[in-house]
Amino acid sequence: MIGTGISVNSITARRRHPLARVAVVTLALGLLGGGYALAAPNGSTADAAIASGKADDVAQGKSLFVAHCASCHGMNAEGTKRAPTLIGVGAAAVNFQVSSGRMPAADSGPQAQRKPRADWATDEAIDQLAAYVQSLGGGPTVPSAEQVDPSKGDPAKGGELFRANCIQCHNFVGAGGALTYGKFAPPLNPATPTQIYEAMATGPQAMPVFNDTTITPEQKRDMIAYITHVRSQVDPGGSGLGRIGPVTEGLVAWVVGLSLLALAAIWITAKKRRAA
Amino acid sequence: MNAPPKAIAGASTFVDDRIGAGNFLKRNLRKIFPDHWSFLLGEIALYSFIILLLTGTFLTFWFKPSMGEVTYTGNYAPLYGVKMSEAYASALHISFDVRGGLLIRQIHHWAALLFVAGMMVHMLRVFFTGAYRKPRELNWIIGILLLTLALLEGLTGYSLPDDLLSGAGLRITEGVILSVPIVGTYIAFFLFGGEYPGHDVISRFYTIHILLIPGILLALISAHMILMWVQKHTQMPGKDRTEKNVVGAPFYPAFMIKAGSFFLFTFGVIALLGTFAQINPIWLFGPYTPADISAGSQPDFYMGFLEGALRVMPAWEINFLGHTVALSVLIPALVPLGIIMTGLALYPFLEQWITGDRREHHIADRPRNNPHRTSIGIAGITFYGVLWLLGANDEISANFHISLYTTTWFGRIAVFVGPAIAYWVTYRICIGLQRKDAEVLAHGVESGVIKRLPNGQYIEVHVPPAEDIAEHIRGKKEIPILEGAEDAEGIPPKGARGPLGRLRAKMSRAYGTDHVPLPDGHHEEVHEAEHAGVGAGDRKELH
Repeated sequence: MIGTGISVNSITARRRHPLARVAVVTLALGLLGGGYALAAPNGSTADAAIASGKADDVAQGKSLFVAHCASCHGMNAEGTKRAPTLIGVGAAAVNFQVSSGRMPAADSGPQAQRKPRADWATDEAIDQLAAYVQSLGGGPTVPSAEQVDPSKGDPAKGGELFRANCIQCHNFVGAGGALTYGKFAPPLNPATPTQIYEAMATGPQAMPVFNDTTITPEQKRDMIAYITHVRSQVDPGGSGLGRIGPVTEGLVAWVVGLSLLALAAIWITAKKRRAA
Repeated sequence: MNAPPKAIAGASTFVDDRIGAGNFLKRNLRKIFPDHWSFLLGEIALYSFIILLLTGTFLTFWFKPSMGEVTYTGNYAPLYGVKMSEAYASALHISFDVRGGLLIRQIHHWAALLFVAGMMVHMLRVFFTGAYRKPRELNWIIGILLLTLALLEGLTGYSLPDDLLSGAGLRITEGVILSVPIVGTYIAFFLFGGEYPGHDVISRFYTIHILLIPGILLALISAHMILMWVQKHTQMPGKDRTEKNVVGAPFYPAFMIKAGSFFLFTFGVIALLGTFAQINPIWLFGPYTPADISAGSQPDFYMGFLEGALRVMPAWEINFLGHTVALSVLIPALVPLGIIMTGLALYPFLEQWITGDRREHHIADRPRNNPHRTSIGIAGITFYGVLWLLGANDEISANFHISLYTTTWFGRIAVFVGPAIAYWVTYRICIGLQRKDAEVLAHGVESGVIKRLPNGQYIEVHVPPAEDIAEHIRGKKEIPILEGAEDAEGIPPKGARGPLGRLRAKMSRAYGTDHVPLPDGHHEEVHEAEHAGVGAGDRKELH
């Protein structure tokens, strides 16, 4: 305080002011709340969704929701015995589930499967539905085109993350794999970069959530770069045999290799059928 | 006919003049080999082995068996800058930077699969035709040793590139070693040179894979071939074929050409596979780190039955005097392998013990004519096959949308029930085929001529079978049965006393009893009498 021109006594006097406590508490709350609002993983709230999308998107989305989703998820997306609540799942979950055809679900199997989209599920309708669900309780939003652009990612780094986090269920090239009780990790080949990102962000069905603190958006983009690079790669060694490893290789060794050689042996040792 | 062809005479004179082995050559180049397609199955393994030696040598020129860490800077972009072992980097180098490297790598791997598969089908042929019987029991055991060593050779081989998949196999290998009571931990530390994965295992496996096992394989294969040569090849029953002769083509030129062309076929098929079918794409697996594992991690097919056993095994574990015994690993690792390999090795001697048959056999059995042996073999194949199938249970589950646990429970039941069903079905099929044979001898074969009898009935005229077919069928030999009947004082013979002896006599009766004896020549008349409407004169017209 020396050299500032303010006497220590005057500060002390202000600290004793009757309103000082109120001011300090207000400041602390303001810092905490503001800081949380800045640092929170999903800054988007219901208001933000309404603000970013158009308000009539939300209204349109609600009518779509009532028509196509509410019978299982409840009139207000509160969830029923048949399906979970959608409050807080975010626009990314809606986009993933509906754009991949998983929702609306066709049957009550162990898990919803990728299938052709419902007729009404145009890109616009999905956006409207997503805006409505986003307005209910926030959640992960649909990534921007830049966030999922494979050409901006580093496939080598993504490959390491992919091997560490994904392949134990999805197989080493994302060819898919089995899980318990009839569930399965689907092949990643038909998934768009956006869907891959959304799946990581929302953890659909049996999949865990890889939020932005576990795997940053940049790392997600690296992984997308690896997945799309490897799946579009022409197999240098010939037919990839489904890229599921030694099972099909063994099958080919027996069914093709050994059968051909047995046929050759039969041919070589064949006898003349008619007398010379 | 008896004078050797000029090519042999010339060559043997040349050799004789120099090293005095002309007679040896003359004798052996005229060695007779019987002809049957199944006799070539073993050659698939032999020729694959030659291809393995050649392609393997090529691979050693670039492969670096080191676990030292390097940063990849080769041509495969999705791994650029990734840290990996030198072994993996050099395997990538062979695949992407060495001219023809990927092709040779793939040929090497396909040849390895066909090497083991060829051995297996060859072994099955020998088993089902009884070609392991005296005097060939020792060669049979050499064959079992070869198969066991081939499995080890494969395991060490696919571990070398140090990719993620091979690491998974290595981890299971470590787990199996650890599960061995008392000595397991010591062996694991010895093998890996410390805590898994250590820095030694790749270079050790390399020496084992390229030097130790191939050396033993080469020695045993030579012994196998020499014994086969000296003991002569078995032949299928047929016209003029006896226990004392071999009917077939001489080694030079006929068999040499056949064998040579079959080598080219083998090489051609393996080269086709190596060109058009990708195998072990290590660049897709990524480098090995103990923390990563992929779905669908399977070993090569010949280890599949062990993988399956591990997958269907319930998680049993016992604690004995403060030591944990992981039965869930120990049992699947040792029991199926033990049942199959020990069973195969002992079978010739068990069969001799049960039948009391100490004769030499040079005529092969047709599988149907020894129905119990054939059924035991098929039951064994079923046991192996169920475990093998279950080794791929996650792929089956994922691709056919069957619940994973359903496949596991199917396996747990089928591994016991399947062999029993297979035994019974095979036995019935064998008996049915024997009846068919007897019918061919008794009633002849269909002539395609429909004849109308005076009373309006239509019959198809049967004619006697061709001579070679009839002789082939008549080659059936009775299986000896131990004397088990009690003598006049009610005392059974020596071998059939006591509970074990009684069991032996009982098994011998079951094993040897011929339920469908072939008709002898007199049945022709019976047949004629049955079809009284067909006169002898009518049949003559058909000839």
